[in-house]
Amino acid sequence: MKTKSNLYRKEKLYGLLYVSPPVLGFLLFTLFPVAYSFYGSFTDWDGLGQMDFIGLSNFKDLLTDDLFHKASFNTIYMMIGIPIGIVLALLLALGLNRGIPGTTTFRVIYYVPVISSLAAISIMWSWAFNGDYGLVNQFLELFGIEGPNWLMNKHTVKPALIMMTVWKGLGYTMLLYLAALQSVPRSYYEAAELDGANGFAAFRHITWPMVKPVTFFIVVTNIIGGSQIFTEINIMTSTGGPEYSSASVVFYIWQKAFSNLQMGYASAMAVVLGIFIFIVTLIQFKMNEKSSFDI
Amino acid sequence: MSHSTRIKLTNTIIFIVLAIGAIFMIAPLLWMLSTSIKQKMDVFALPPVWIPSNPQWGKYLEIWEAGPLLSGIKNSVIIAVSVTVVGTFTSSLAAFSFAKLRFPGKNQIFLMLLSAMMIPYPAVMIPQFMMFSKVGWIDTLLPLIVPGLFGNIIMIFFLRQYLISIPNEVIEAAKIDGSSYFRLFSVITFPLIKPAVAAQLILWFMGIWNDYLAPIIYLNSPEKMTLQLVIANFNATYAIQTDYPLIMAASVIALLPVLTIFLVFQKQIIESVAISGVKG
Repeated sequence: MKTKSNLYRKEKLYGLLYVSPPVLGFLLFTLFPVAYSFYGSFTDWDGLGQMDFIGLSNFKDLLTDDLFHKASFNTIYMMIGIPIGIVLALLLALGLNRGIPGTTTFRVIYYVPVISSLAAISIMWSWAFNGDYGLVNQFLELFGIEGPNWLMNKHTVKPALIMMTVWKGLGYTMLLYLAALQSVPRSYYEAAELDGANGFAAFRHITWPMVKPVTFFIVVTNIIGGSQIFTEINIMTSTGGPEYSSASVVFYIWQKAFSNLQMGYASAMAVVLGIFIFIVTLIQFKMNEKSSFDI
Repeated sequence: MSHSTRIKLTNTIIFIVLAIGAIFMIAPLLWMLSTSIKQKMDVFALPPVWIPSNPQWGKYLEIWEAGPLLSGIKNSVIIAVSVTVVGTFTSSLAAFSFAKLRFPGKNQIFLMLLSAMMIPYPAVMIPQFMMFSKVGWIDTLLPLIVPGLFGNIIMIFFLRQYLISIPNEVIEAAKIDGSSYFRLFSVITFPLIKPAVAAQLILWFMGIWNDYLAPIIYLNSPEKMTLQLVIANFNATYAIQTDYPLIMAASVIALLPVLTIFLVFQKQIIESVAISGVKG
């Protein structure tokens, strides 16, 4: 079978050739940088001169760095938007799943913020949050409420950002739920109805368990995305907000690395962030293995 | 109340709730558009003016002079087009290879690539910056283009899944006939996966177009900036002069291209997003 082995040899060659660009890209732009980041985190490094190995010093400093604590706290705080978004999106998806007229139009309208440029959206919202003339406060005025100067106040800047991120992400979550709801067999509900189950019971025992994998996917991807929040912060509160109350971890990394040129210290933070996200992603993969994942 | 009237009533209520929600979703964007055509005093009018009595389209002419908007668009197009065209080619070729060809270590290599999805950009941005500064690419578009040319793992993953569901017989038969592997890809496989490729390409394009973190790290000079950086600078500069119509006009321009793409391809985009989410 000389020809056949010849054929296979060729296939082997081309197979490897065709996957070589992404493999090369992976080595060059992921694996090597990750290793470098890791090494850099143990050094005193200004990005220009040499890297002096200082062991765990950077990580020790992180433990007592107030700004890092603030940035971490802010980042986690702003994830309050995740459960809010999930509840709203699921309600919307349930509504849209009833086949009412205008479903496509609603889907498009709710999805528009998702595809919009975050920079433009951030600019628009910073104007909307303006204390005197902003859209948000003018709306509140209808109810006789005098709104704060949202982005200038350390107590309201995070809620303002949460409001905006929920608005931005709602359409995406809704879409995922809608797709999941449409894959629930109708016969389940018919059977439940025959058994005399009311709407809420059907939701609790059929809908919720069926959309659980999607909920999990949304929670995980939102945590990963939320832990990397940057653009909104950079544009809406360019100094990190009053008393650094809106700075996120990535914002702080960016400041340390590219404004203060503390590359080693910034790398240490990047490593911490990377490990956090790695763990969250790993949980996601593990859970997927249990449900239905085919590699 | 009979069963069907109750359903009708519920549906009407839900329709109203959804419509109110839709107003909240779209109102900020309409306000942005409306602000962009307002006169300065209308901007600060209380209660708000939604439809200016005397719309001023002048800001849409002024913005081209007020900053490097045109070069911003040009730079964004250069980056997004070159990356998506070349990157889609390398990605779909790799997906074809992973799904339909036999070579040693295939699954291990694929898993290795997959692990890249776990690495967030902020974790690699510092070494990447140092690498590109070593080769003198800072303040050029190259750091934003070159990594993308090697392909996109999410796209490879998605297309591979898609290809696996396509039966092998045709491909096996063509192999026996001695068709070249590239022909196998370009003539037989690629046409089959075109819709999936298109959807992924659009999503990728929008992602690059809207990117902010990578460009802000690499680009300093105004004429090198992408559109997103240009409008962010507009915001920083003209907010002090409270020229909100100008800022909003520039932001509208930044939204228009992706908004147009979305409205044209919304069916494919929404489907593609829904599939990738449900499959996890």
